[in-house]
Amino acid sequence: MTEPTNPLAIANPKMSARDVKVFYGAKQAIKGVSIDVDMDNVTAFIGPSGCGKSTFLRTLNRMNDTVASARVEGTITLDGEDIYSPSMDVVQLRARVGMVFQKPNPFPKSIYENIAYGPRIHGLAHAKADLDVVVEKSLRRAGLWDEVKDRLHDSGTALSGGQQQRLCIGRAIAVEPEVILMDEPCSALDPIATAKIEELIHELRGRYAIVIVTHNMQQAARVSQRTAFFHLGDLVEYGVTGDIFTNPTQERTKDYITGRYG
Amino acid sequence: MAEHTIKAFDEDIDRLRGLIAEMGGRAEAAIESAMTALQRQDLALAAQVVADDKRIDAIEAEVEKLVIQVIALRAPMANDLRDVIAALKIVGVVERIGDYAKNIAKRVPQITANQRTLEPVSLLPSMAQVASEMVHDALNAFAARDADLAVAVVERDTVVDDFYNSVFRTLVTYMVENPKTISECAHLLFIAKNIERIGDHATNVAEMVYYAATGQTLPDRDRGSAAAEE
Repeated sequence: MTEPTNPLAIANPKMSARDVKVFYGAKQAIKGVSIDVDMDNVTAFIGPSGCGKSTFLRTLNRMNDTVASARVEGTITLDGEDIYSPSMDVVQLRARVGMVFQKPNPFPKSIYENIAYGPRIHGLAHAKADLDVVVEKSLRRAGLWDEVKDRLHDSGTALSGGQQQRLCIGRAIAVEPEVILMDEPCSALDPIATAKIEELIHELRGRYAIVIVTHNMQQAARVSQRTAFFHLGDLVEYGVTGDIFTNPTQERTKDYITGRYG
Repeated sequence: MAEHTIKAFDEDIDRLRGLIAEMGGRAEAAIESAMTALQRQDLALAAQVVADDKRIDAIEAEVEKLVIQVIALRAPMANDLRDVIAALKIVGVVERIGDYAKNIAKRVPQITANQRTLEPVSLLPSMAQVASEMVHDALNAFAARDADLAVAVVERDTVVDDFYNSVFRTLVTYMVENPKTISECAHLLFIAKNIERIGDHATNVAEMVYYAATGQTLPDRDRGSAAAEE
């Protein structure tokens, strides 16, 4: 196991992980990862399939709780608060740390309802007028408003793949999260829809702490300011994106990003 | 270094490095031939240096084309990216080195036999020898990704600068004493200056090699002993 090199000293981390280990039954998927993410930078997790990047992402809003065999050790904090503490309300945590998945998964409901559902059950808005405001604001931030404002009551699943993904981002935004986790959000999208999501990530930066897992290294280079390279459950290297892609310090990082892996 | 998963990428890089090695070898040969032509008043050899420079220019164009293609099609990263960018910058500099050698060759007909016995003329081959070795070593350093050799090239530039200062003073003194030789001495002065510039350019190549090999830029050198007129 290697120590993560060049751990970025982040003064006010939004989320901090310390010596996080994840086990699926007897198999260890994450071997002691420590990392900070902040509000001002988009953080990309890269690495080959099976390296643990998605598993680790899922520990940040306790998505692994839903996997019976999964066990998490170590500490993860959100604004200094231990998210695995028994007093943590997991539903509330997942509102604060939203997630967008690889395959767009809108509810089989109207565009409007896809956005309004979260704020309503979280008690953020009840009156129709208030919900209207939240729906418009969320769709605008998701860069989708102009495309759907005249058909808010059409089914969300009738949208194109890229629009569906932006709807899912809008849905995550609607509950006023602090962190947005994205697990390969563009892998099912064409290049133009991908570019729109990437532009959206750029616009959302600073308002939310954003962590994105991607197989596409060019995408990590385009959207992130910080890049973490995972390999075989280790965090091999974490650094400024520009440095990782021009002058990585670790041989394994270099081999992976230059296409010499394997 | 491990191979790329995509073999064609390795082939592109190998071809790039092969072209640069050829270009460096030709530039080095051009310097040596130009100096031989100068010493022996060999006008045919001088003309050959001028003609051969076209091949150096052609290699530059070929490398530029290949680099653009590699960037567009392979999206090189990390050390690959540094290698490719260094290659692009190095060929621009080596092309200039070739031009200086050509420039020296073009002056050969202007330096008549009796001038070849001048003391400064006897200094020039040794000076050119150092500059030519710098070019040789800088390109070897690129081929071997050898940062230490690159640093050694950079450090040797002061030798060429010292030679230049010495030649400059000697020629000025000579011209003051023999005003009739001013025209020919001026040509010799330009030749010395060209060699001095070759040393500077070899230094630039070495700096790029250092960057490509390490990802760091060399700290600025103390230029206290730089050429007299600069």
